[in-house]
Amino acid sequence: MSTLTKLSAIPYTGPAPTNRQPYVPVDAPIADARGAEIAAKIANPAMTQETGNDMPTFLVERARIADVLRALHDHADLRFTLPLDLFGADYPNRRDGGRFDVVYQLYSLQNNERVRLKVRVAEDESVPTSVHVFQGYDWYEREVWDMYGIKFDGHPNLRRILTHEMFEGHALRKDYDPAQRWLLTEAGVSVIKPKVAPQFDQPEEDSDYERVTLNLGPSHPATHGTLRIVVTLDGEKIIGAESEIGYLHRCFEKMSETHTYQQVIPYTDRLNYCSAVINNVGYCMAVEKMLGIKAPERADHVRLMLSEFYRISDHIVCIGTNLVDMGALTNFWYLFQPREEIIALAESCSGARLLPSYLRIGGLAIDVPSDFLSNSQKIVNMLPRFIDEVEALVMKNRIFRDRVDGVGVLSQADAINYGFTGPCLRATGVPFDVRKTNPYLGYETYDWDVPVAEGGDTYARFLVRFEEMRQSLRILQQAIDRGLPPGPVMVDNPYVALPPKEKVYNEMESLIYHFKLIMHGIQPPVGETYFPVEGGNGEVGFYLVSDGTKHPYRVRARPPCFPIFEAFGKMITGQTIPDAIATLGSLNIIAGELDH
Amino acid sequence: MSVQKIDSPDTIIPRKPGVAPGEGPEKGLITLPGESERELEGLGGGSYVTTKLDQVVNWARGNSLWPLPFGTACCAIEFMSMVSSHYDISRFGAEVVRFSPRQADLMIVAGTIVDKIAPVLKKIYDQMPEPKYVIAMGACATSGGFYRAYHVVQGIDEIIPVDMWVPGCPPTPDGLMYAILKLKEKIERGEIRRG
Repeated sequence: MSTLTKLSAIPYTGPAPTNRQPYVPVDAPIADARGAEIAAKIANPAMTQETGNDMPTFLVERARIADVLRALHDHADLRFTLPLDLFGADYPNRRDGGRFDVVYQLYSLQNNERVRLKVRVAEDESVPTSVHVFQGYDWYEREVWDMYGIKFDGHPNLRRILTHEMFEGHALRKDYDPAQRWLLTEAGVSVIKPKVAPQFDQPEEDSDYERVTLNLGPSHPATHGTLRIVVTLDGEKIIGAESEIGYLHRCFEKMSETHTYQQVIPYTDRLNYCSAVINNVGYCMAVEKMLGIKAPERADHVRLMLSEFYRISDHIVCIGTNLVDMGALTNFWYLFQPREEIIALAESCSGARLLPSYLRIGGLAIDVPSDFLSNSQKIVNMLPRFIDEVEALVMKNRIFRDRVDGVGVLSQADAINYGFTGPCLRATGVPFDVRKTNPYLGYETYDWDVPVAEGGDTYARFLVRFEEMRQSLRILQQAIDRGLPPGPVMVDNPYVALPPKEKVYNEMESLIYHFKLIMHGIQPPVGETYFPVEGGNGEVGFYLVSDGTKHPYRVRARPPCFPIFEAFGKMITGQTIPDAIATLGSLNIIAGELDH
Repeated sequence: MSVQKIDSPDTIIPRKPGVAPGEGPEKGLITLPGESERELEGLGGGSYVTTKLDQVVNWARGNSLWPLPFGTACCAIEFMSMVSSHYDISRFGAEVVRFSPRQADLMIVAGTIVDKIAPVLKKIYDQMPEPKYVIAMGACATSGGFYRAYHVVQGIDEIIPVDMWVPGCPPTPDGLMYAILKLKEKIERGEIRRG
C-alpha cells in the first residue's frame, strides 16, 4: 500500500486505511476520565469501565442492570433521566461472556452528557427488565426479544413487536438468512384486547354504555399508512388503548449489514422519508467520525442548508396532514406549494425529488448547481408568507383551538421518562436540541433559538413546529449570507472518495484506487461509535460497529418516533376518538423510522 | 342517407360548429372513446352520436377514478404531492380520494408491503366493489425494491392482481399521473375485464 502512495499522482500523504486496527476516538481520554468519575459516584461493583470509547462506557453484570439504571437515574449529580436507546448486538464468534450485547444509552439533561451500558448475555440467559425504571424501555425490550431472542424477566408483555405473529426465529442474529420469509395468513393475525386503564377500571354495569373495542388502522385515513391503534371505548371515552407497529418493518438493520458502507446511504433516506437528508447527514457523519475524516467546508455548508430545508419540509407535511385530519384542507394546499419548491431544490442538486441520496461518506455526490444560492434565497423569501398565513388561519381559530387545547397531554416527567426528543419534548418545556447540545456542521456558529412551549398538548406541539420553521429560516438566511465556501465537495482521500473519471482512464494509480474502492469498499477501523443529529422528530443517532471489513457489522438507527408512539396510548386514554386523531397527527409518526 | 363506417381515426375531419353533417364521416362535437367504430347517421341535421353502452360506461369509469391510497411509506408522500396543489390530479378526474374500500375503484399501493400488512392489503382489496383496478406505485410495491429481506413482500402481485406498475423509488408525481392516464386509456379501450 505504501509504495502505491509513493507512486501515486494523487497528492495523498495521509495514512493508509487502518483496516482491522482498533478505532480510537479523538475524545476517548475525556470520555474515559468522565467515566471514572461516574463510576466513583455510583460505586457499584457490578459496573466495569470499558475504556477507549467515544462516550463513558460500562460493562454491567447481567443481574444488576436494573439497579445500575436506577442509580444512574436517581443520583443527584448525574440524573441520567432520558433513556435514549436500547438495542442488541450479536457476536457469535465471541468466546467469553456470552454471545449477545444488550446496549443501553442514557442522556443526562442536567449535565448534557451521555453514557453507554452494556450487558453480556449468553443464548440461554435472560436479562431483568428495566421497565419500572424507564417506561419507554417497554417497547425497546420487546424489540430486542423480537430481533435477538433475548428474554427480559418480569416484562409485562413480552411478545413480538416488529415482525408478525407467525414469524419464526430472530432476524438480527448473524446466523439468520436475510431473505428467509415467513408468511402470515389471516388465521395467524392475533386479536388485541387493550387493557383498561386503572383509573377507568370499574365494573361494566356502572357505566351507561356498552364497552366497544375499536380498531383504528392499519389502513385508516388518520394513521397515515401503517399504524394500528386498538381502543376500548366506554361511550365516547377511550378507557384503554394499545398500539401495534411493525406494518412497515423493512429490515433496515439487516439490510445494512449485507451492504457496503456507501450502499447503506439510500436505506437511511427511507427511515424518515419526510426529512431524508438529515438521516444521510447522521449516517455519513457517523462513518466519517470512525474513519477520522472531515468533509470539506463546502460540503458541510450544503449539508446544513439542505438539512434545514428538509426540516421545514418535514414540519410542513406534519402540520398539513394533521390539519387535513381535522378537516382543514386549505392549509394542506397552501403549504405544499413552498414544499414543492424545496423538493425542486433538492432535485436540482441530486436529480431525485423526495429521497435525494445526495450525500456520500466524505462529502457530496456532486457539486451543487450554480443557482443553488439564488434558488435558496427565493424559497427563504417566499416561505414566511405561507407560514404566517397558515398560522393566522388556524392558531387563533376557535374551532381549531377547541380541538387542540389540552388534548393529548403528556407531562414533562413522563415525556422524559419515555425518552421523547425533538419537537414533542420541547412542547413539554424541555429545551433539548442536539444542534445546541452536541453541535455538528457548525450549528454553534449560527444565531438561532430553540423554541420551547409549555403544556405538552397538541396546541403546544403546533406552536413549537411553527416557530421551528422560522428558526430554520433564520439559520438558512445566515447560511445564504455567508455564501458557499469555495473548494471541492469531496474529501481528498483515495481510500474514501473515488478518483475523478478522467484520472481513472489515464492514470494507473487512480485506476487501482478506483478498483480497490469499488471491490473492497470503505473499511473503517474496528470499533463502535455513536453520532446523533437533530432530525425532524428528534434525535436521530447512528450506532455503528465495524469489524474492519467493507460491510458494517451492526448499524443501529435510533428512531425518535419509537418512544413517542409508545406513549400515544397513555396520551389518549380518557379522551375521545377525534382527540386521538388530532393528537396522532401532531406527533408526526413516520412509519419508516418507527419500524426501521 | 348512406351510412359509412370509419376505418381509420386519421380520416376523421373535425366538424365545425353549426355546419350540418356532410356526406362523408365526420367527428361530432362530443368525442367519445371508440369513435372510430361508431356509425354516423345524418338525421335532420342534429348533432348526436350513437355508441355502445359498454363504451359509454368505460368512458365514464375512466374519467372518474376514485382512488384508495394504500399508502405505507415514502411513496405515499409523493402521492400526497400528486393530489396537492402543484400537480393536481383533479385535472384528470381522480381527486376524490377515499379511504374506504367500499367507495373506491382504484387502489394505489404506495409503499413497501411487508408480510405483516399483507393480509390487510388482501382484505381491503376484497372489500372493493367491482370493477376495481390496482396501481403498484414504486419499486417496493412492484418487486420489493432493494429490500430483499425477511419481512418484505417481493411484489404485491404475490397477493393481488395489478394493472399498472410505476417504476421509481419513489416515482415522481408525474410518473404516477402518467400511470393513471394510461390506466384510464386502458379502461376506455375496455381491456380490463375482471370479476
